[in-house]
Amino acid sequence: MADTSITGRAIFEGTASGRVLKSDVPLGFFGHLDPETGVYREQGHPLDGVSIKDRVLVFPKGKGSTVGSYILYGLKKAGNAPAAMVMTECDTIVAVGALIAEIPTVDGLDLTNFEKDQSVRVDGGTVVLV
Amino acid sequence: MRLTAEETAILDGKRGAGAAKAMGILHSLGRIADAEEMVEVGSVQVSGVSYKNIGEYGLAFLEDWAAMGNKAVVPAFMNPGGADRTLWKRLGFSADFVKKQEQVVAALEALGIAPLLSCTPYHAGTTPRYGEHVAWAESSAVSYANSVLGARTNREGGPSAIAAALTGRTPKHTLHTDEGRKPTRIVTVRCKVPGIADVGAMGFQIGKAVSADKKGGVPYIRGVAAPEAPIRVTWLKALGAAMAASGAVGLYHVEGVTPEAMKHGDELKRGVQQKSEIESLDEGYAALGTGKGPVELVTLGCPHASRDDLVRILGILNGRKVKAPLWIAASQVVREKAEAEGLAEKLRACGAEIVADTCMVVAPLKDLGLRTLATDSAKAAFYLPSHHDMNVYFGSTEENVEAAVTGRWPGSAG
Repeated sequence: MADTSITGRAIFEGTASGRVLKSDVPLGFFGHLDPETGVYREQGHPLDGVSIKDRVLVFPKGKGSTVGSYILYGLKKAGNAPAAMVMTECDTIVAVGALIAEIPTVDGLDLTNFEKDQSVRVDGGTVVLV
Repeated sequence: MRLTAEETAILDGKRGAGAAKAMGILHSLGRIADAEEMVEVGSVQVSGVSYKNIGEYGLAFLEDWAAMGNKAVVPAFMNPGGADRTLWKRLGFSADFVKKQEQVVAALEALGIAPLLSCTPYHAGTTPRYGEHVAWAESSAVSYANSVLGARTNREGGPSAIAAALTGRTPKHTLHTDEGRKPTRIVTVRCKVPGIADVGAMGFQIGKAVSADKKGGVPYIRGVAAPEAPIRVTWLKALGAAMAASGAVGLYHVEGVTPEAMKHGDELKRGVQQKSEIESLDEGYAALGTGKGPVELVTLGCPHASRDDLVRILGILNGRKVKAPLWIAASQVVREKAEAEGLAEKLRACGAEIVADTCMVVAPLKDLGLRTLATDSAKAAFYLPSHHDMNVYFGSTEENVEAAVTGRWPGSAG
């Protein structure tokens, strides 16, 4: 079966592969992710207690403090960053974070395209469902 | 997005790795905002200076970028940090925090950004001209530059402002364009707005009214008279700061007052469909007044005080001594001039302190053991409860000075 590929808008152009970690609700970075652990923490959140390291993070948009951009930077420095990020609508906090941390990021995509643990490859603005 | 040959050269690393990183950030942000091209800027104000806000990872980011070797190519200066660099010990800030804050300042200085540490650069030597493009980051300063001076800037973030400093450019969109500066809503004011707290309450209400407008609200305000100079500047500062806080408003027009409204008159209003009315300031005052119990600190100078502000506060004090600490935030430039002319000493004789390099919104207030503050700034009253878990009395400068003198908010059970 041929791979399906869908095209969105590249926020930070790069290539990365990984397994989907999906959230149907927004993700906050500051206050929810410790760069030293890469584990998401937010009571009641679907990703509470889950490690985002090396995953392709799929979520609608970001939320919270502008310091979130620096948390993404810290995650990359500590080796705990996601492999890539795929979003419906990228906000400036996640955009700036993706740019300074150099994490391949695409937005403008419908999240129903993706399933939990699915293998995907991000290449610029294109996401290939392997 | 079109890049010039020079901009492409910078992106390709011909001016150094730090400048290439900067142009990469600007190019990406420009494409996201559908900018057609870059615009050259006359000055840059950098935010993300307080260690309380950016923390260890923000500091690491700044140090890494500075280590690449590029420096600002246009005048660039810092927003307030988290502590008064001279008086911190006496005011109760921790040595550990100040050490980290100094590291942030050092990293930014290594990037060629001057330690002005103020949200009112226009009181400290940098006043953009009408129509001049700049890249400023602090929301009240952005509002002032756009609205009161008629200059042109979007609200930059920390990294995008540094990127603008290292390249002398920013993506040309929104408030850099004629189209982006057109009003989205006409706001008719039907009550009197004489004082600083009054106009702050009005700004809070207007900000909320326009915050849902597409592409960022630009209110055209009519029906209100601005007071005469010198308090006129303070009134406009307070208005812009409040609207920026409650509604992310970067530009406003006031009929008969602000330069673009005066220049373009009725043309600006043409075709604007959305309308709001401000009948009273009760809603603003109710939302912003969260104080209870005795006042622990009175904080004035949000935005940072001018010399005129210091003189006005001294006049209100009228020789009385304060029981609760009264801090007036200002830039070090303004404080130095106040020291030189004896104004700072007169304020100190009343127990009032000019605090420089920081402000109460970005300082680590909890570490100072504070819970109940008083202010005449709608912006501070808006942010302090959510940012610092404070409860805040909000009212006129006169009520604030009274609260400092007695230790109790006028009319409260205390």
